[in-house]
Amino acid sequence: MKLSGWGRYPALDCEVSPLRGPEGLEALFARGGSWIARGAGRAYGDAALNPELTVSMLGMNRLRAFDPRTGVLECEAGVLLADILDIFVPRGWFPPVVPGTKFVTVGGMIAADVHGKNHHREGSFGAHVDSLTLAAGDGEVRECSRAQNAALFRATLGGMGLTGAILSARFRMKPIESAWVAAETLPSRDLDETMALFKASAGFPYSVAWIDCLARGRKLGRAMVTRGAFMARGELPPGLVSTPLRAPSVRAAPAVPFDAPAWALNRFSVAAFNELYYRRGVRARPARAVRFDRFFFPLDGIGAWNRLYGRRGFVQYQCVFPKAESAAGLAALLGRVAASRRGSFLAVLKLFGAAGEGPMSFPMEGYTLALDFPMRGGALALLEELDGIVHERGGRLYLAKDARCAVECVRQGYPHLEAFRAVREETSARTRFASALSRRLAL
Amino acid sequence: MNDSAQRGRDMPAPSERTALVVGATSDIGRAIASALAREGWALQLAARDRCRLDREARDLRIRTGASVTEHVCDILDTGRCAAFVNGLEPLPRAAICVVGMLGNQRESERAVAAAELVMRTNYTGPALLMGALAERFARRGEGTLVGVSSVAGDRGRGSNYVYGSAKAGFTAFLSGLRNRLAKNGVHAATVKPGFVRTRMTDGLRLPPILTAEADEAAAAVVAAIRRKRDVLYVRPVWRPIMAVIACIPERMFKRLRL
Repeated sequence: MKLSGWGRYPALDCEVSPLRGPEGLEALFARGGSWIARGAGRAYGDAALNPELTVSMLGMNRLRAFDPRTGVLECEAGVLLADILDIFVPRGWFPPVVPGTKFVTVGGMIAADVHGKNHHREGSFGAHVDSLTLAAGDGEVRECSRAQNAALFRATLGGMGLTGAILSARFRMKPIESAWVAAETLPSRDLDETMALFKASAGFPYSVAWIDCLARGRKLGRAMVTRGAFMARGELPPGLVSTPLRAPSVRAAPAVPFDAPAWALNRFSVAAFNELYYRRGVRARPARAVRFDRFFFPLDGIGAWNRLYGRRGFVQYQCVFPKAESAAGLAALLGRVAASRRGSFLAVLKLFGAAGEGPMSFPMEGYTLALDFPMRGGALALLEELDGIVHERGGRLYLAKDARCAVECVRQGYPHLEAFRAVREETSARTRFASALSRRLAL
Repeated sequence: MNDSAQRGRDMPAPSERTALVVGATSDIGRAIASALAREGWALQLAARDRCRLDREARDLRIRTGASVTEHVCDILDTGRCAAFVNGLEPLPRAAICVVGMLGNQRESERAVAAAELVMRTNYTGPALLMGALAERFARRGEGTLVGVSSVAGDRGRGSNYVYGSAKAGFTAFLSGLRNRLAKNGVHAATVKPGFVRTRMTDGLRLPPILTAEADEAAAAVVAAIRRKRDVLYVRPVWRPIMAVIACIPERMFKRLRL
């Protein structure tokens, strides 16, 4: 069947088969040929596509153990983050790291070593994983941790499913007293001010900025910086104190019902959106209580928002610059995007803390910027120009978002690529686990 | 009297609400167990494979906090049927049997062993187990039995009559139990799911309007218990469809490909 990632580009004809329990593994390995595990399909590009065989892990969704004293949860890889939130937020536990959508699987979060608004303090998801089980290239199911099969364990964090199929994982959640976040939003006038606000926000557990990509010249890099922290019970407004952990779910969000025409998101509509959004933020909003899902997953409130970009889909571009190069790199990149007048709907900026353990893990200390581009003529050429800026400054691209970069990008951006390849080779994963992404980038 | 007030009074106290789900590792079985747990039932999960049973039981305990016990039970081992029922502690208030096996019609036509397995799995095993439970429920003077049968049992058709005949037997058996035991305070319900998107139907091309999710089948089972429904089609559209199919005169029927 035709399958694509969240960006809907590329769409490939893939053989699809479900894995519903560990008992189904034998048949998968007996088939020969290569395959890739696919979770909720939220990687944007071609990471979870293999025309030969793409295995849906959504049936591997059982919880295996939970320790209410320590908050350690062990579950299968296909469990959705949304389910974990539904079950554990009312009990006072929150996942250590959450990406921008809750419709991802645990396996996907590990394979992409996802980051959240707290990366500057708590690192990526992989940092909180104690152990995992992996169906390795030779068909054996291996228990992997920092003590056992350590190289394989690390390579799996951010390994894009290419070290094997993640079957289950054990990770630490953290206690929360309420389901509410005290959030405040501060406007900045330019890039310097935006970066200064991030530095000043280092003490907040969560921080992120929305950048106005169409602002040019003096206003280049103007943004709204949002920062926040979970509220303690005692800080809640009186109406919430009696049920601090109850936050109504926004799961049944209205979805975008059809593909928008390709012209719907153009320079003018995006400019109008950004102007409105920015205006709203210009009046700095003091800390107020925001439901956790509104704070962490604002776009989940609009189901299937990827359809806004029309049938041809879009590509997301997310890069990170080393800290010392961030100011110059971001200015060059934002300047190029603004000059191209191919306005991005979303531009999210975030300050990362130290890099994680995975050789292919994306985050490194510095600033990361994520932009969307509708797939139209000229978009790919612009992105190649952006690649040049990223490499010149020693940065790299996020593979979970990527659908188009060249082999050279990974070679330059990921200095531990050879170590990763060696693990793939040693564990016979190289011939067994492959995706359109791994083929394109010769991983 | 108002229906819900009646229900409220008849609903047993939480500690007494234990339900047995036989076939608990199937997709519908899992959905039923989970729906009952959310309604506050304690659960006894029964299935053949200990590993898979344990996988479901652990998941259910963590998700719902319900009390869940595990019971290894092979529906084909009818000799152990009485022992299995006697070993249930406590004797459940409700028992749901979701065991089923579609098999392959062509294979069942060619190989006696294949046909026999389909018949035993869909009829002999489930009927004898429900019968044994019914005896205990009748002695107690209370209990609900829910058998998950199939629309395929409403009329034998060329494309699936081996499966269909076994389900027809099960449907008739449940009907008889209902007829006999209603006076003893025991209720027997027959649930006919129609197509359900599960492991059993993996790879089949199913018409969306006629195809239910496992959760819908589970909701029907909960409704059958709560409202003492007799015969329930998970998607109501199946009732007229099967009524029409059942009405076609044999002279025409035998010329159709169904």
